[in-house]
Amino acid sequence: MIDEGDLLGDGPPDVLDLSHCTAATRNACKLCTPLGACLVFRGVRGTLPFLHGSQGCSTYIRRYLISHFREPMDIAASNFSEETAVFGGARNLQAGMRNVTLQYQPELIGLATTCLSETIGEDMPSLVHDCRAAVPNLPPVVHVSTASFRGSHIDGFHDAVRAVVSQLTTACQAHGGLNLLPGMVSTADLRHLRELAESFGFGVTLLPDYSDTLDGASWADYQALPSGGVPIDAIRAMSGACATLELGDTLRGNRKSAASVLENSFGVEKISLTLPVGIQATDEFIAALARLSGRDIPVGITAERGRLIDSMVDGHKVVFGKRAVIFGEADLVIGLTAFLCEIGIEPVLCICGGKTNNFETLLRAVVPELPAGTVIRDGADFADISHEARQLSPDLLLGNSKGYGLARELNIPLIRTGFPIHDRLGGQRVLHLGYRGALTLFDTLANTLLACKQETSTIGYSYL
Amino acid sequence: MSHQAISILDERRGQVLRNGQDATAQIACDKHSAAGSVSQRACVFCGARVVLYPIADALHVVHGPIGCAAYTWDIRGAQSSGPQLHRNSFSTDLQEKDVIFGGEKKLTAALRELIAACRPKAAFVYSTCITGIIGDDVGAVCRTLAAETGIPVIPVESPGFSGTKKDGYRAACDALYQLVGTGDTTGISPHSINLLGEFNIAGETYMMKDYFKRIGIEVVSCITGDGRVDELRRCHGAKLNLVQCSGSMQHLAQRLEADYGIPFRRISFFGIEDTAAALYDAAGVLGDPEIAQRARNLVSLELARIQPELRRYRKILKGRKAAIYVGGAFKAFSLVRALRSLGMNTVLVGSQTGNAQDYRQLKELCDPGTIIVDDSNPLELAKFCLEQDVDLFIGGVKERPIAYKLGIGFCDHNHERKEALAGFEGMLNFAREVHASVMSPVWKFVPRRVLPKVSHNKEEAA
Repeated sequence: MIDEGDLLGDGPPDVLDLSHCTAATRNACKLCTPLGACLVFRGVRGTLPFLHGSQGCSTYIRRYLISHFREPMDIAASNFSEETAVFGGARNLQAGMRNVTLQYQPELIGLATTCLSETIGEDMPSLVHDCRAAVPNLPPVVHVSTASFRGSHIDGFHDAVRAVVSQLTTACQAHGGLNLLPGMVSTADLRHLRELAESFGFGVTLLPDYSDTLDGASWADYQALPSGGVPIDAIRAMSGACATLELGDTLRGNRKSAASVLENSFGVEKISLTLPVGIQATDEFIAALARLSGRDIPVGITAERGRLIDSMVDGHKVVFGKRAVIFGEADLVIGLTAFLCEIGIEPVLCICGGKTNNFETLLRAVVPELPAGTVIRDGADFADISHEARQLSPDLLLGNSKGYGLARELNIPLIRTGFPIHDRLGGQRVLHLGYRGALTLFDTLANTLLACKQETSTIGYSYL
Repeated sequence: MSHQAISILDERRGQVLRNGQDATAQIACDKHSAAGSVSQRACVFCGARVVLYPIADALHVVHGPIGCAAYTWDIRGAQSSGPQLHRNSFSTDLQEKDVIFGGEKKLTAALRELIAACRPKAAFVYSTCITGIIGDDVGAVCRTLAAETGIPVIPVESPGFSGTKKDGYRAACDALYQLVGTGDTTGISPHSINLLGEFNIAGETYMMKDYFKRIGIEVVSCITGDGRVDELRRCHGAKLNLVQCSGSMQHLAQRLEADYGIPFRRISFFGIEDTAAALYDAAGVLGDPEIAQRARNLVSLELARIQPELRRYRKILKGRKAAIYVGGAFKAFSLVRALRSLGMNTVLVGSQTGNAQDYRQLKELCDPGTIIVDDSNPLELAKFCLEQDVDLFIGGVKERPIAYKLGIGFCDHNHERKEALAGFEGMLNFAREVHASVMSPVWKFVPRRVLPKVSHNKEEAA
């Protein structure tokens, strides 16, 4: 109970202490589930993401994705009205499907639900079935359940990958190709993963692959759906691959992940790997490619690894002993934490926004050298992150743009990784993965720390 | 698919018009967006959130699953000269069990804790699609908390599906109105105004308040730019309401007129002509010749300051073609005029929420051949930008990639911008930005300019 008199004539204090306000989520470190699904659908060739719900969901998600990728991102919606919310969205869904089929001529419609359509209990398979009868030339439709009151954007992402595989892949002859499920990584990461796998001679099906659709060239004419993305035929034929590499420790024990679906339905070997950030995780990724292909590691990759280690030696003193806060999606936090430990930076706080089963166990299994005192949390918001960070005197933050406020408050640098990066250009193509990504990250880390030292120095040496 | 092949959906044909072809033609508007049309509009919640967001000493709590709050966290350029509470994003982040068993308890706890920690002057509680459906009694929770904490705790009726963005504006106005009339109006000058629909993007409210101060007019409350609860409480003491973003605030102005007899004028601070007209209009209504004289002096002084540079840009930009797609139509009028003063022609213009009167006015204002659209979408906008061969697009973040992807200059004129574009200095900033975008050498490398020009019809192609 608050004393009434205490508040009158008062007003917000300059510094808020929100640590006791645990009922509300304060400055979320997560987004809603349909966002992840839309991103996945954008990575399938000729696919239009379609949300069954209010107009606002599609518009907000479009705007958010545009702020990071700086590319057109059309998402249709069935535009619920009050009447739709009461009587169901069948008519709106059909009208919407008819309109997008006419205007976009998609090869596939990626249909995701929203909290609204989930709450009123829409029967999606039946609604889609009815659309097929009602809408001429309707392309295939993949649907995924993405209620935002269950999980976060990263769950929507993985659920959509699984939905695509479950609903499109059919039995086919073995073709020896490789399935690669990268998780929610940057466009530069996607390109690099493909390059690495192809250098072992693999035909790769990367699902999703938004490296062109969300990071492409300028256009001479408008493209209703941008070129690029994994072809639907390739998704159908994922059953004939020699194996599925599924990146991300959070999916490792998940028996319902897309790679598990492929293994259980078609006997394609599931190989779970840590997101290849840093040396050891990349070594494991490369070793898996070498084993599956039966080929030696290409000299170019070995050379890249060599350059990485050489650079780490050159810069080891700059980074050693620095204290870092790492926040964002669980799998990226795990990868980055492992890398920081490899170069002598101490992760003092590892924290993710989405709820992640056994996050600490997963993290400590990948990074056994992580100090016992490192604070590890999942399901956190930025009030939690700030509260913890303030007590840990970190030297730097690693995470997305939403950490800028904290970086500013603590007067320490923010190394921008993950999603969203909407206060810098090129956020969509930050390279995190492989030896090359580690090298880029290392240079960025070391140079940021050097710049801090240089700028705060009273002398201002031009030679360091 | 080429842009020529982009078709206009049957249900949208009435919302697209080529000016001058038929003098009696009216544009269809005020319609719910067609399903699957990929409208640039958001929802009722968005409309309410954008209007109330700048009130800096109020607590804003979104009651619903996380998305609605997450997507509106500190993305706007609405500044505060004092508290920064509005820049936080608070949500009840409803989970499945809350959806099943109701979210009132969680909301109550959230409000109780947040009010204790943030010590706001008032709290706004936004309902969302889910709270609308599961039937949480947000009003009852607000009443309980108001009684408990002694501050106004105001429900904002904004389930996303319950109308269009415009209905969200109305919900925001109704929420604001609960504060109106609760403050002491003694000491308010007879020469006083409220600024409605001015949101202090990039500090524009400071600039406007300075103009009014210089000509001897007191601004009682800016609604909602750099907004404060105590100012809102006494805004009924002002003698005149100047309504800038009329789409969002006309409802509030009408209520203030009906209940307190305060007249209102639709004005705009975008562009030289409109800014000057706004100052003259205010002076005229308040009826003090000294104020009118000071307004004239201010306008001449400010114009003298910026005209030389503007003339330079005009010379360079003359004859360039622009597209405008913004939320409210009233801003589009100002932009058409502002571009004209820079020598540029608007060949495509539209808005998300214009009404019949707005579009009639837009038709009169625009040249023959200008395409006018209501509640448009990326495909249409891209098609018309290419058909009309525009050099510049003025819009918001959602329109930006359409322009950039096609190699067209772009100027952000939405709430997310961080550049002040209002008033006289704002006009200069606007001109500089337009100049910087249109004249950048990068366009000579984009495919649209490098490749043979895309032909617009078969005759040209042949």
